[in-house]
Formats: sequence, structure tokens, C-alpha cells
Amino acid sequence: MIVLKDVLALLDGELLTPATDPEAAFRKVFASDLMSDVLTSAEPGSLLLTGLANAHVVCTCSVADLAGVVFVQGKRPAPDVVTEAGTKGIPLIATRMTMFETCARIAGRVQDGGHARR
Amino acid sequence: MPAAESVFRREFPVKGGDFARAGEAACEIKELLKELGLDASTVRRAAIVAYEAEMNVVMYAREARMDLAVSPGEVHLVVEDRGPGIPDVELAMTEGYSTATAEMRELGFGAGMGLPNIKRNADVFAIDSEVGRGTRLDIIIRTNGHVTP
Repeated sequence: MIVLKDVLALLDGELLTPATDPEAAFRKVFASDLMSDVLTSAEPGSLLLTGLANAHVVCTCSVADLAGVVFVQGKRPAPDVVTEAGTKGIPLIATRMTMFETCARIAGRVQDGGHARR
Repeated sequence: MPAAESVFRREFPVKGGDFARAGEAACEIKELLKELGLDASTVRRAAIVAYEAEMNVVMYAREARMDLAVSPGEVHLVVEDRGPGIPDVELAMTEGYSTATAEMRELGFGAGMGLPNIKRNADVFAIDSEVGRGTRLDIIIRTNGHVTP
């Protein structure tokens, strides 16, 4: 379990959806640029780490009940995508860190990403 | 597949190649199922199935109709497209097999997981495809029986 405000601090992140609760908690973490993998393997309530920044990321999270997104390596979704995420209550975070650095920092705080192998 | 007596039916048109609107039908289906009072797990499975099927239509077909029927015992989704069809269905059902273009992959799809993931989330799954005509998916997801008409 990791809390949104801790994610922001760990990643020197920017919260793109300011109306989001800073105490929002994520049960698990999943990292991928492939939405196909998210739909197959990510569990509900997860925080998604991704380098993909299009509208399908938010749509995929909404469909598969993921609870938040970190866009790595300075990627930023378009304003309409941010608005859509806000409407759906999905917090979006942007960080300049690489995917590897992001994963390494978060892995140090969560004991188990928690996704069973298929 | 014979459909159970439904308490709710709706039809969703999907246009091939329309990446900008891809996912709209699946998101609408998800909201409808939530409003009908289905449990979160069933809603999630149905939404994933609908989204994967919708993306397949957008990526490969010219157009399709998604028919949603909900009864107290099941969610029944039929997706019938007009498109190129699938020459080798068994191969298409293999995880990782894909004929996706670079553009599709850049959008985060086309990893060859769509059809297998639809089958994984379905309780009953049937696929029928004819080259040059199109593909029909028939999917049932069983519910815990609670539906608010």
C-alpha cells in the first residue's frame, strides 16, 4: 500500500489533478507502456506507472479499475485527457524520472507489487 | 448462444479506425452495468471484455454492432463486425500473436492479448469468423443474480 502524497514526494512529482485526495491509497503498483498488459494483468486499485500519455491510458484505467497513473520521463497527457481523468476521479501524476528510477524508488516502499504471474 | 430473458438491452455502434472515440462504448457499458447494481468484479470483467472487443473493431474492422443484454443471471455481449475476418482463429487466440501495425502498438495495443483476454474474462466464449465478411464474438459473463431493472 502506498499513499498519493508519498508517491509525489518520492518521485518529485507534480499532481496534474489537484482536486484529488492526497491521502488516496494504492493497493498495488503496475508498470507498463502496453495497455494490453494492463488489461490482462493489473489488479483493481493499482497505481499504473507508464511512459504512454494518450487518452487510452485513462480509459484503460477506468475500465480495469486502476486507481491512479504516474507518467514517467517528463511525459504529460493533453489537457482534455487530464480533464477526463478528473471527471473519473483518477489522479494523474507527472515525474521527470525515468521508468527505471520510478520503479526503483517505489519498489523500495512497497513490499510487493503484488501481481500474480499468469 | 440462446440469450436468457433480459431486463436490459442496448446496442452500441462502433466505427473501425476511429481511435479518437475508441473505448467510449466500453466505458458506457461499464457505467450502465454499475447502475444496474451488478457487483464490481462482474462489471470489471464485462468492461474489459467490451473494451478489448471494441479496440479490435477499431483496429481491424470497418464497423461493428455491440449488443448488450443483461438478465438477472448473466451479461451477454455479442460483437458482430464487418471486416476482413480472421484466417486462422486458433492462431489469433494464441497469446502474443498479433498482426497489429506500428501505429496500433504506439497506442499501447496490438500485443496479441485481446482475444485471449476476452476469453479469460468470459464464462462462455464463442468466436465465428469468415474471411472477407467479418467476425462475431458471443460472450456470456455470469453474475451473482442481482440486477436492478
